[in-house]
Amino acid sequence: MTTTSCRTTGQSYYESNALKRITSLLDPGSFHEIIRPEEKISSPHLRILGQPCSFNDGIIVGAGRLAGKKVLIAGQEGGFMGGAVGEVHGAKLTGLLQRATEEGPDGVLLLLESGGVRLHEANAGLIAVSEIIRSVLAARVAGVPVIGLIGGVYGCFGGMGIVARCCNALIISEEGRMGLSGPEVIETTMGVEEFDASDRALVWRTVGGKHRYLIGEVQRLVDDDVAAFRAAAIELLNDPRPLSLEELQKEHGMLSDRLKSCGSAYDAIDIWHTMGIAEPETLPLLDTAAFHKAVQHVYRGAA
Amino acid sequence: MEQLEYEFDGAGSLRQSGPAVLVGVVSSGNLEVLVESAELGGRGRIVVNTSVRGFGEIWQAVLTDFAGRHNLANLLISINDAGATPAVVSLRLDQAAEEFYRGEP
Repeated sequence: MTTTSCRTTGQSYYESNALKRITSLLDPGSFHEIIRPEEKISSPHLRILGQPCSFNDGIIVGAGRLAGKKVLIAGQEGGFMGGAVGEVHGAKLTGLLQRATEEGPDGVLLLLESGGVRLHEANAGLIAVSEIIRSVLAARVAGVPVIGLIGGVYGCFGGMGIVARCCNALIISEEGRMGLSGPEVIETTMGVEEFDASDRALVWRTVGGKHRYLIGEVQRLVDDDVAAFRAAAIELLNDPRPLSLEELQKEHGMLSDRLKSCGSAYDAIDIWHTMGIAEPETLPLLDTAAFHKAVQHVYRGAA
Repeated sequence: MEQLEYEFDGAGSLRQSGPAVLVGVVSSGNLEVLVESAELGGRGRIVVNTSVRGFGEIWQAVLTDFAGRHNLANLLISINDAGATPAVVSLRLDQAAEEFYRGEP
């Protein structure tokens, strides 16, 4: 085992924009965008508020193929307002998921990168998030697996954090972060003593990919490489977890066990220690391969 | 917000219509540029929506330079700008034109 980082030479998922992620994740040339930017369907709210708009309202939706399988795909553009969900943005995602329920493709890929609801659009954004959640679950009931991918600059927080946990399965990179309230929100509302959002090590070991994977919220932890995300997505599409009462009860069991064993933990390192990891403080320094080796004997998450 | 509109003479030859391309992201100090074919009688039109008011002359200068480098005949270029510097605008415009003429995103 070595802690020297062997960075992948592939294309960084973290540094790519939404379109680049989509086109390099799917089979080459297979992506067709639905609601193209030249239709100029952008936010009516931002215009009224005198804020800059985007021709795709910060999300790209469409259809394509993944290893030959027919998939619908959405990519949130973190660069535009932190991927925040406004009315149009949300409607595009909801529409895509409803299409999945009707057409029954082999799966839906959600490339999530969002701080949550776009506060400028207030209630419209909140309603949009609830519609997205409902349509993710409807697609799953219809037998269409929904796979979430998280590895962007802005992480996946707020309402989209909830959406993520409604998916069949999630793929995350070490750089990816997921949660409900983001670090800055916690610091602002609870104080810096509760959570210091400028402490990057603390932020990553609390909401970062490795921790989310270890506590069983994410099914795959991959390198920051679009090819690694692609390989994991192909694997998960082939083995979808159904939405059933039994699965839900299993999930609730996992959560209550977690609360029992880790409810009084002060820091993620305490949790890793409780889980039986020998040198928990070394985990943040390991590359993905070494990390998997170090935790394989304790990993409890769904396969 | 300020909306600015500019028109330029094309170099005469009418381009075949190709798929529209969008480059860039509307984030602080950045912009997105949408290039699409349009029937404009051989002229090119650039519509700018910018968050920063009062820079019409600088836009005119940057866009005139751009029009000198590319044939804008029958092209409609729409820009959403979040305070990009002139250099960034020039680079994005060149990137957009290059991708449009190559015909793939």
